[in-house]
Formats: sequence, structure tokens, C-alpha cells
Amino acid sequence: MADLSPKMRRGLGITAVGAVLALAAALVLVALEDTVVYFYGPTDLKSKPLDDRRIRVGGLVVEGSVDIDGIDARFDVSDGKNDVTIMYRGLLPDLFREGQGIIAEGVFNGQNFMADTVLAKHDETYMPKEVAETLKEQGVWQGEGAGN
Amino acid sequence: MNGLAEIGHFTLALSAGTAFLMASIPMLGATLDDTRLMKTGRMAALVLLGQILMSFGLLTAAFLRSDFSVKLVASHSHSLKPVLYKIAGVWGNHEGSLLLWVLILAIFSSMVAISRRIEIKRQARVVSIQGMIAFTFLLFMLMTSNPFLRLEPAPLDGNGLNPLLQDPGLAFHPPMLYLGYVGLSVAFSFAIAALIEGKADKDWARQARPFILIAWSALTLGIALGSWWAYYELGWGGWWFWDPVENASLLPWLIATALIHSVIVVEKRNTFKTWTVLLAILGFALSLLGTFIVRSGLLTSVHAFATDPARGMVILVMLMASIGGPLLLFALRGDRLASRDTSALLSRETALVANNLLLVVATATVLIGTLYPLGLEAWNGARISVGPPFYNATFAPLMGLMVIFMATGPLMAWQRADSRLLLRRLMPPLLLVVAGIGLSILLLEPHNVTAIATIGLAIWLIGGVVTDIAVTAGGLRAGQTDILRRLGGMPISRWGVNIAHLGVAVFILGAAGSSFFQSETIERVFPGDVLRAGSKIYRLEDVKPVTGPNYTSTAAELSLLSDQGEIIDTMVSEIRFYPVAGTTTTEAAIRPRIDGDAYAVLGDGDAERGYTLRLYNKPLVSWIWFGAALMALGGIFAINRPPPLEDEAKQ
Repeated sequence: MADLSPKMRRGLGITAVGAVLALAAALVLVALEDTVVYFYGPTDLKSKPLDDRRIRVGGLVVEGSVDIDGIDARFDVSDGKNDVTIMYRGLLPDLFREGQGIIAEGVFNGQNFMADTVLAKHDETYMPKEVAETLKEQGVWQGEGAGN
Repeated sequence: MNGLAEIGHFTLALSAGTAFLMASIPMLGATLDDTRLMKTGRMAALVLLGQILMSFGLLTAAFLRSDFSVKLVASHSHSLKPVLYKIAGVWGNHEGSLLLWVLILAIFSSMVAISRRIEIKRQARVVSIQGMIAFTFLLFMLMTSNPFLRLEPAPLDGNGLNPLLQDPGLAFHPPMLYLGYVGLSVAFSFAIAALIEGKADKDWARQARPFILIAWSALTLGIALGSWWAYYELGWGGWWFWDPVENASLLPWLIATALIHSVIVVEKRNTFKTWTVLLAILGFALSLLGTFIVRSGLLTSVHAFATDPARGMVILVMLMASIGGPLLLFALRGDRLASRDTSALLSRETALVANNLLLVVATATVLIGTLYPLGLEAWNGARISVGPPFYNATFAPLMGLMVIFMATGPLMAWQRADSRLLLRRLMPPLLLVVAGIGLSILLLEPHNVTAIATIGLAIWLIGGVVTDIAVTAGGLRAGQTDILRRLGGMPISRWGVNIAHLGVAVFILGAAGSSFFQSETIERVFPGDVLRAGSKIYRLEDVKPVTGPNYTSTAAELSLLSDQGEIIDTMVSEIRFYPVAGTTTTEAAIRPRIDGDAYAVLGDGDAERGYTLRLYNKPLVSWIWFGAALMALGGIFAINRPPPLEDEAKQ
């Protein structure tokens, strides 16, 4: 390969760095647009227009609402003001209980939330941060910092 | 009640004093050119190590004796816990993990301080900076996180430890990870010393490199252990979730990977210095972020065990200070290290630039993915999560691009590579890739472009490694004895490079096999039912209650069947209930084999309604961790000890 003048080297170097950065920026921007999953509480679902975008919903599992048939589960999740019914096919996590804070990921069809993932936390005493905040927003938070 | 915890607290306070002396006197000595003052660093580092070891030993003793008058023991241990987990309990909490952190810092500092292979002024400065880090963290511990706090009255028994954490993989995951995180502090201290000195030369690189490689290898193993634990303990079947806490450990690893490559260029070619110093600072900054983001409560994570947002803010402020200061120093003095690179476009230098550039940009994408939710929430209150699809679309292609350079780099000469020679050397890997892709299309189902491209990349890399070894051996023309002699003559560090690169290829194959070719089946079944997941056939034999040492469980016995219906092996998956912690965990039944794992998880159910089973076939999944182990091994092999310095020469 022919020798390059320092100026050309510099130019080439900057072009290469610029190209990688541009590629990365494009990848990141497109990916953020397409892959980010928004989190909503059951109350948000009532008001927000949602197409078939993947979202997350979280709240407390309503006592007495859990109905398991084979590997299909159906239960309500509440933020204290509103409920939404979640349909899920698969294995529920160990810490899935009535009254427990959970997060479900999937699609809202206007009636029910069709989840393909249900997350609970490792730790019994730990509440998913989003769920805690949703409860705080709805004014039904009982835990630390309540009444602020 | 005895005074041991108080002694532990006392030696911890003393060690802060020692760290202060260690931070100031050798640095003063280096400034005044006073050898005696510089040499105090060695003593200070050893005393510091002794004191922290004493504190750590006393805390461990409190856990072993189940001394519940110590608050930390009462909240994180239990008298019925097996000994190994009593010990692991020491670092399974905020205070204890900080103590482990400073203990490892003191070990690394002593390694630097007693080395006879580091130029004395540089050594004094590095030890001083290690002392400053130790002082900061000891002060933070003493003021906010004293591990020796007493509890009055002492409870009869402890609160136990989260049973998920009672696992050998996780018991050793934090120490290994910390070995990596803290090891990067030495690279950081070398970088600051270079900025103060205004010089980063070949010797600087040689003396810093062993520490960087130890840190990198430990970090690699630490991350792999965490991933392995998540795979077999969480029972979700996955090995990497792009969870913020996982990302926090990946970030310093990526920068450290860039660093181990750029420091070679400093050593061999005496250029890339400013960049290397910057990487060393960033690597440690990210490892601080990694250590503390886990406990700051700022990020939502499936791994957030015990978080404390109030302390998190203190940590963040401390983090800003410890990153901001060095970066300011870098901005002011970095240009002193600048050098001219005279290498040709086609050279190993260029390949390493590409490696560094891609690694740093990939780090940025992971950082954006991790922090974007925080930023967006602060901006407009929207709560989002960034998951695997984001990283598959950003991180994965960048790494794929890097693998292309990874195979070519070692085959290129420094400064100026012969293009025709390079092309000839790249022929074997290229042919292998073509053959490999052809075979994959013929043999593998399903046909997935990404999967086949990924396999192609791994083969390309293996081809590069084999070619490099073959070139060293003198190629096909050499005689047999000649080959052996030449291979024997290949420096250990070169073997290290090839082993580590091979490890990456093995890892890629494992990742590709387990993600593109895995099968999953979820069914509600009764004992006697047969289910198939990919090539694996399972039969549920029985479900019955079992009593363990500190838990009760429901155990599902499964048989793995051959195509003819013969029993190959039996497996047991359990749902365990730990009464002390009041926690339920799932124990997946895993039959790990080199060609792939059988993986079965028992879900809910009862004798009347049947039981939910989740069954997998996971081809090549264990190659992921085997590959990581190879990488770590390669890192250790790549260590080239710098030559010893005579005492006279040092001055």
C-alpha cells in the first residue's frame, strides 16, 4: 500500500472514526425507536391510545382474581384505582402471589392485556420500582415514604 | 458479647489512618526526590493489608460463630446456614462487600508496593494513589457503612440469607468480580502516575500490563460465574438478560478489553499513550459505577436484592468526584503524552485501532441502553425498559464487525503489513468460513441468516487462530521436529492471545447454539406423560414432597429418553420452600453435556390438575462459560512479567 501523507492519514482516520460513530448512532436511534418498551399502570391504560405496541404493565395482583387453567393464567392487576386483566400462557415466576407486585410484558388489545412475560422480583420484600411509583401516583402506597 | 467486633471496627479506623499516610508520604517523596520517603509506601501498603485483613477476619469470625449481637450477622446470616454460605454471607450485603472491596484493593496495592520490577518513583506514585482510593472508601465505610455495628438486644437467630444466593456459583461470583473491578484500580493509578510524571513509555506499559491482565481475567471469570448462576439458579433458561446490573459489569469489561489491547501498542510501538491512559481512567470509573449501581437503587433490576437509595446518592456524588478529578487532570496534562504514530494503514496498529474504536462505541451503546430509561424518566416521566432487542440491534453488529478484525490483527505485522502475505494468510480462514457456512446451510435447521452469519464469524476467528499458530510453526513445508521446536519457541504470551481469541470463538458458538437453535416446550402434564423439546424427550415420572436441611420441597422426577424410548438419564427439578426466609425458589433440572443441555423446570400444579413443566433443549450452551474460561486463561498466559530492576538502577 502506498505511503500516505500525514494529512491524508488524518483525513482517513477521521473518516473511519466518523463512519463507525455514525453507524453506531444510526443503530442506536433506530433501535431505541423500535425496541424500547414503555411501562404503564392500569390507570394509564384507560386513557392512553395504544396500538399493538409492546408495553409493560405493572401493579399488585388482585386477591382472588387468579384463575389458572392448565398453563393458561388469568389474573387482574391493580394500581389501587383501576384494574386490568392479564392473560398469560406459560410458567409463572416463583414469587407470583396474590397481593404481590408484578410486571407483565406484552400487548394490550383494548380489553385484556396479553402477556408473554411475567416478572416478579427475587426478593419478597422488594417491590418493582415502577409498580411502587404507580401506587404512589394513585395515592395508595403503603410503604416507605408514604404520605409525602 | 465480646470485644471482637469492636477490635474489628478499631483496626478499620486505624487502617484509614494508614491509608492516609500511604496516600501522602510516598507521593511527597516522589515530588521531593527523596528515596526514603518513597520507600515508606511499601511498609504502609503492607500494614494497611494487615489491618484490613484483621477487620475482615474478625467479621468473618462473627459470621462463622453466628454472633447475632453484630447487626450485619443478624440481618444476613442464620445459625442453620451451611458454613460456606456463612462465609459468603460476609460479602452478601452492602457493608461486607465494601470491606471485601477494600481488602482486595489492599492486596493489589501490596503487590505493586513489593514489586521489584517497577521503577521506584512510579511505584511510589502508584502506591500513593492506591492509598487515596483506599482512604476515600475507608472513610465512606466508617461514616456510613460500619459493618461492626452492634444490635441490642441480640436476637436469638438471624434473618438468614436469600436462599437464591445460597449457591456456590454466587458465593464466588462477587469476590471474582471485585478482583476484576479493583484490579482496574491499579491501571487507573498507573495512568494517574503517568499524567503526573508526564511520561508513559514502554516500561510503564510493561509494568502496568500484568495487573491489567489479572484484572481482566478475573472480571471475565466473575461475569461468567454470574451468568452461569443466572442460568441454572433462576430457572428461566437464559444466561444473559441485558439487565442493568449485568450491563454494569459488562461496561468495565469492554473498556478493559480495549485497554489490554491498547497497552500492547504502547509497549511495542511507544504510541497510543494518551488513549491508553484515558481508557485506564474510564475503565476504573466504570468499575466504580458497576460496583455501586447494584446497590444504589437507581436502576430497576431483577437482581436488585437490597437497595438503599439514600446511600446511593452519597455513592453517586463520590463517584462524580473520583471520576471528575482524574478526567480534569487528563484534560490538563494528557497532551504531554501525545506521540506520533508512523505506521502504515495496513498494519497491526490499524487492526488494534479498529478493535478499540468498536469496543468503545459498543460500550457507549450499552451505557445508553442502561441509562436511557433514567434520562427519559427525568425528562418527561415516561417509564420504559430497554431489553434484548435493543442490544441485538446495536451491540451485536458492532461486536460482529470487531470479530472480523480480531482474526486479521495477529496475522498482520507491526508498522507495515505485506498485503500479499496477509492475503495468503487469510486464505485458510476464508476457505474454512465458506465451507462452514455451506455445511451449516446443509445441516442446520432452522435456516436463519443471523445464525449462519454468527457461526461464520466464529469459524473465521478459529481460522485466524489456527493460521497464526501454523505460521509460527513454519507452515506445511517445515519438518515435524522443526514444527515442534518452533511451536515450543512461541512465546507463552502469544499462546495466551490465541487461547483467548479461541475462547471468544467458542463463546460465540455457544451463544449462537443456545439462542438460535434452542427448543422450548411448556405443557400441563401428569406423571407418565412424555414430552419433546427439540431433540430431547422427557417423561415425567413422579412428583413428591422432599425434606432438605433447611427447606421443604416438591420434587419432580423426570427421565430423559432416547428415540427408542429407553431411559438415558434421570433428572430432578424442585420447588423449594425456605421457612426461615419465607421464600420459594425453583431448582431447574439440568443435564449439562458438551453438545447441549437438557433443562427442565417444574412449575405450579397438583396431583389432580397436573403439573406445569417447562422443558428445553439448549444446544452448546455450556460453550458460553467454557469460552469465557478460555478467555480468562488466555489473559493469564498473556502476562509478560517486566524484567527485574536493580536497586541502583531504580534510583
